Amino acid sequence: MKSYREIAGDGGSDVLGQVAERSARLHARMVPIANRLAVMSGKGGVGKSTVTANLAAALAMRGRRVAVLDADLNGPCLARMLGVEGQRLKLGDDGIVPAAGALGVKVVSMDLLLPETGSALAWQAPAARNQFAWRGTLEASALVEFAGDTAWGALDFLLIDLPPGADRFADLQDLLPACDKALVVTIPSGVAALSVRRSVILARRLEARLLGAVENMAGLFGEETPAQALGVPVLGRIPFDPRIAQCADRGVPFVGAHPDTPAARAFSAIADEVER
Amino acid sequence: MKFLCVGCDEPMTLAQAPDPPSEGSLSATFRCARCGQRVALLTNPWETQLVCSLGVAIGGRKPSREPLALVRATLADARLLWTEQAEQRLARVPEPVRPMARAAIERYARERGYREVDCAVMDEAKAGMHG
Repeated sequence: MKSYREIAGDGGSDVLGQVAERSARLHARMVPIANRLAVMSGKGGVGKSTVTANLAAALAMRGRRVAVLDADLNGPCLARMLGVEGQRLKLGDDGIVPAAGALGVKVVSMDLLLPETGSALAWQAPAARNQFAWRGTLEASALVEFAGDTAWGALDFLLIDLPPGADRFADLQDLLPACDKALVVTIPSGVAALSVRRSVILARRLEARLLGAVENMAGLFGEETPAQALGVPVLGRIPFDPRIAQCADRGVPFVGAHPDTPAARAFSAIADEVER
Repeated sequence: MKFLCVGCDEPMTLAQAPDPPSEGSLSATFRCARCGQRVALLTNPWETQLVCSLGVAIGGRKPSREPLALVRATLADARLLWTEQAEQRLARVPEPVRPMARAAIERYARERGYREVDCAVMDEAKAGMHG
């Protein structure tokens, strides 16, 4: 009896051909983007989105063309942080037109597609129960659509804000191989560092370049510096400043609103490292 | 997934493309070109959803090239996308009544199953409201 590999084609659907075409489209979108950088962490609540928004703003303030893709489909918050909450994604001749955020940063986020700000993500499905069987696949396909169907244009930086999880960057690399750089965000807490370390170990197994770690809320819990224990270069330590969260709530990047503070200077130094 | 006619040791080909999922199930018919034997593939709701979640078209149908086709088709509740030209035209409506105009046009578009709002839909909606 013939084996799977001895039979050419798949009976008429050409699923592999469709996947290859989608990959080619995605690749074409990524070619005019000089740097594709994921912001990741094994731990939730460490400030990945805060770092993404302010790093994007810091790069934009020095004239770089920057866009952010909010890959946290279930907990998107970059639209608010970058001042585009309530804006809508538009259909242009070449695909989805990103929202224009603070300092000209382009933003694509699930939040801009949901009917109301703060709506929960819900998918239509014949099988409303046992969603674990397909939800991950659907969300992976959705992320590929966001990346591949958006008219990003020529950019210096595309920052991809990942949801928490040690394996998220590996998943992204499978879906979007062009995303070949990452930085990891942690906070000065041993528990956070434990989870973040797992994401560093997994990232090292990939062909991507792990630029280093950003320690957010530095000094909040004392003088610990767990970022140094991760075994990757420390790109910067952002001192805790309550105005960072206040600015995020108002949709104003902190680095633009308070450029002469230690925290803004730390973001700027991280931008230097990312540009190096 | 491939289908093999065991008697003939020949791959089967799609004889009837699947219809859109009905009651959570997809059905597709395959036929052996040598002996004419036909088999039907019937999926359960989880299998159907998994196939749909891949964002590929099954059965030789052309996959949609619309931007965010899968996301827009699968979100339980999503904003309608407007084309840039339609947004520009809406921006000419006086601001105090613009949200009302947007809501009326979107209601019109949704009632007719349109997946996006372009200038033609705006014209149609306007004619419908005044007609």
